[in-house]
Amino acid sequence: MTEFINVGKRIPKSDAQEKVTGKAIYIQDLKIPGMLWGKILYSHHPHARILNIDTSEAEKLPGVKAVLTGYNIPTIKFGFYKDNTPLKSNKVCSYRDEVAAVAAIDPDIAEEAINLIKVEYELLPPVFDPEEAMKEGAPLIHEDHLGGKEKKPTNILNIPWKLVAGDVEEGRKNSDYVAENRFKVTWVTHCCMGTSGCIAQFDPRDNLTIYSNTQIPSLAQRDFTEALSAMGLQGKKVRLIKATIGGAFGSKLDTYPYEYIAILLAHRTRKPVKIIFSREEEFFATSPRQAAIIDIAQGCKKDGTLTFRDVRMVLDNGAYTSWGATTPSVMMMPISSLYKVPHVRYVAKCVYTNNTYSQAFRGYGNPQATFAIESQIDSLAEMAGIDPLDFRLRNANTPGEVTPQRFKVGTCGLRECIDAVAQRLDWRQNRGKRDGRGVGMASLIHVGGGARVYKSDGCGTIIKVDDFGTVNVITGATDMGQGADTVIAQIVAEELGVRIQDVVVTHTDTDICPWDVGAHASRTTFVAGNSAKMAAKKVKEQLLEVASRSLGEVPENLEIRDRMVFSKIDPEKKSPLGKVLRAAHYTTGGKMVMAEYFYDPPNENLDKEFKGNLSVTYAYGTHGVEVEVDKTTGQVNILKYIAAHDVGRAVNPMLLEGQVYGGAAMGIGYALMEQLVLNNGKVINPDFRDYKILTASDIPTIEAITIETDDPFGPFGAKGIGEPGLVPTAPAIANAIYDAIGVRIKDLPITPEKILAALKGKDSK
Amino acid sequence: MKQTVQFKLNGESIQIEVEPHLSLLQVIREKLELTGTKEGCGMGECGACTVLVDGKAINSCLFPILEVEGKSVTTIEGLIEADGTLHPLQRSFVENGAVQCGFCTPGMVLSAKALLDQHPKPTEKQIRLAISGNLCRCTGYIQIIRAIQAASEQ
Ligand code: FES
Ligand code: FES
Repeated sequence: MTEFINVGKRIPKSDAQEKVTGKAIYIQDLKIPGMLWGKILYSHHPHARILNIDTSEAEKLPGVKAVLTGYNIPTIKFGFYKDNTPLKSNKVCSYRDEVAAVAAIDPDIAEEAINLIKVEYELLPPVFDPEEAMKEGAPLIHEDHLGGKEKKPTNILNIPWKLVAGDVEEGRKNSDYVAENRFKVTWVTHCCMGTSGCIAQFDPRDNLTIYSNTQIPSLAQRDFTEALSAMGLQGKKVRLIKATIGGAFGSKLDTYPYEYIAILLAHRTRKPVKIIFSREEEFFATSPRQAAIIDIAQGCKKDGTLTFRDVRMVLDNGAYTSWGATTPSVMMMPISSLYKVPHVRYVAKCVYTNNTYSQAFRGYGNPQATFAIESQIDSLAEMAGIDPLDFRLRNANTPGEVTPQRFKVGTCGLRECIDAVAQRLDWRQNRGKRDGRGVGMASLIHVGGGARVYKSDGCGTIIKVDDFGTVNVITGATDMGQGADTVIAQIVAEELGVRIQDVVVTHTDTDICPWDVGAHASRTTFVAGNSAKMAAKKVKEQLLEVASRSLGEVPENLEIRDRMVFSKIDPEKKSPLGKVLRAAHYTTGGKMVMAEYFYDPPNENLDKEFKGNLSVTYAYGTHGVEVEVDKTTGQVNILKYIAAHDVGRAVNPMLLEGQVYGGAAMGIGYALMEQLVLNNGKVINPDFRDYKILTASDIPTIEAITIETDDPFGPFGAKGIGEPGLVPTAPAIANAIYDAIGVRIKDLPITPEKILAALKGKDSK
Repeated sequence: MKQTVQFKLNGESIQIEVEPHLSLLQVIREKLELTGTKEGCGMGECGACTVLVDGKAINSCLFPILEVEGKSVTTIEGLIEADGTLHPLQRSFVENGAVQCGFCTPGMVLSAKALLDQHPKPTEKQIRLAISGNLCRCTGYIQIIRAIQAASEQ
């Protein structure tokens, strides 16, 4: 095996020093001279017609510079389905609907002004249950939204998610055992420790600079450019600058009303305007992971061979449409391709309700689908009288397989992951005792080599080298805490032969950085990493070319190490890297060492039938849990947590383990305690006292196992790992609880109350 | 009506005029422009705003500014040495991967410092308890706990 100098090393994050000293600047910390503070007034009802908005008192308040409503701004439509507007006119469709906004000289005045705005409403009948909302005669969220064959008003979105491969009826007929269940998953929210916020500012020529937290700089730039056009500012420029991001996890994959409101306020006042969410707003006015009702059937032969998988889902879309409505495209992945299953059908409907609207959240639908699939795999194994471990091994994916969705499985370490978990849990010894202690496992498949969601899955990199050998890497990628900058620096350092501390990565400014589709689909290490690697290769060629002239040696014989260029065959021929570069610059006909590369992986868009090789390679993993359940209190105590992942190669094992620990911690929260509680559309637990996330006292010890399959497409063999860590957590825990006490909870979160109720039901049977 | 308060901030005596209703966090971040201390909730529920008052870790968002009169306050900016050397805890956080987005980090480091100042060799349980009021959404705490352990072993 090749010996790497930088790749595979536990190198600290490049911005960790700024962060431990409090020097990193987040959006919360940014101030611009003359800046105003924006504040938003939200709806008081889940569904109502706006009859009148009286802003006169607010406008009179000293210090208030602008008051906007849906009636005095241009029409801007945005969102995946273009059904959202910055401020609502005519009617409100959820409690988080933005009704008015204020800019004032300080946050207190802005808040006071908001409270002076009077809105008159006429209440409309609301609908909160997506199954109710689908029925004929249900209240319509958007009266002008037409759908179906007859083009009638409907709450069902015109996004017909449907994947059919093989013949599930045939599969069902050939099954010796069939399991059929309904699972439910609910809203959970990202809880980024740094709340959402932005600052919008116009220059005298009406070009916009926006300081933002986004994960999608290039796409957000496009959204805001469209908004400028709608404001009559065609052809004006948008520059997007990222502050240090205080957590993202998918929440920043879209643009939101508050950003457009800041833009509108800044344009109206001709001053920079900052909006920062309070924690309460962060809970009720940002978009959670989607709630869904999942009906699933799977069958198998006597020997455990899977025969079919048939899944129907209803997704609560909420009142507007963000990327949450597209999560079925990712749910298809585990449904079609987790384990070998010949016949597959998946149909999903997204339905408007008067609830909050949903977004991407780490895993992008995969955790929801995997919860249902993997919980049911255990039930099916039990019906067939087969140990769930053997059941999984029998059906595990293998390299070279083409799945029903036409995914080409390349490297695949799923078996190794399952084996590793079984061994660490002492599976055969500990399983099936039903004595209050139990073990459970669940696996995952996820995209590991980008995902062609858009026409492009590309990322650009520019590398230039200065007079002293400092390598500036300018990337389209986004570091939101996961460590993209560090991993990219390691890859470039490895490829070029320079020291990691000589590589500086810039990723913060759309005026400088190349295009990228965004930090989604666990694609950054793979796509941005490959892009950086190939740009570095080009730079290296240029460097050696320049050096060959001054050293009188052919480039093929030259190598770079430790800030020196030297000949591999004649040790006398060497020169410091800085000297070589200065020689290149201070010469007649001189040359600048610089290169760019745009990497777009050879993956495929899904076709009309939602089939195609979405990713160049796939990531696999298995989580295993040992739990102890207290039958009198319903409390679940995790005794052991093993997370095994096929990661291709760990470019930085320390950061990679951080992704796995962090993902698993979120997954444990998803499984056992997290829930955004909506009561008739209103979030009733918008704080950390009532929305519990894991604390340091709750977290079990997690053992992360990496299986390196050295993927031929990955940069130095690596696959993505950002999301997989939380995908199989909930079903692994649910399976362990079943093994411990014999009850299966099919709706998340698995609270002590649900366990007690289920135990009671079981006893009375 | 503004009032004067006098206290020690990161070793230096200061005297400022403040509106008495302000929290220590507001004064540190807005008046004194020390933005290393973060606000994650403003309601005493996340620990991002943790600073030390007379060596004890407190949530500065709930701490009335007038109560610091005569006391000694340490913020994250006060941990680094004059020559730029990191505090051993800061170094350990960096080296053990205890930092991702970093928003919780200043508060975490200070809660850990309060612990180690009192119990130089804490048990894992004591470490977990000491930082249980500091929420972190990125790391799952594992590497933070390890970082504090490693710092205590030096
Ligand atoms: S900001 Fe003080 S505890 Fe959250
Ligand atoms: S590192 Fe992001 S919240 Fe702790």
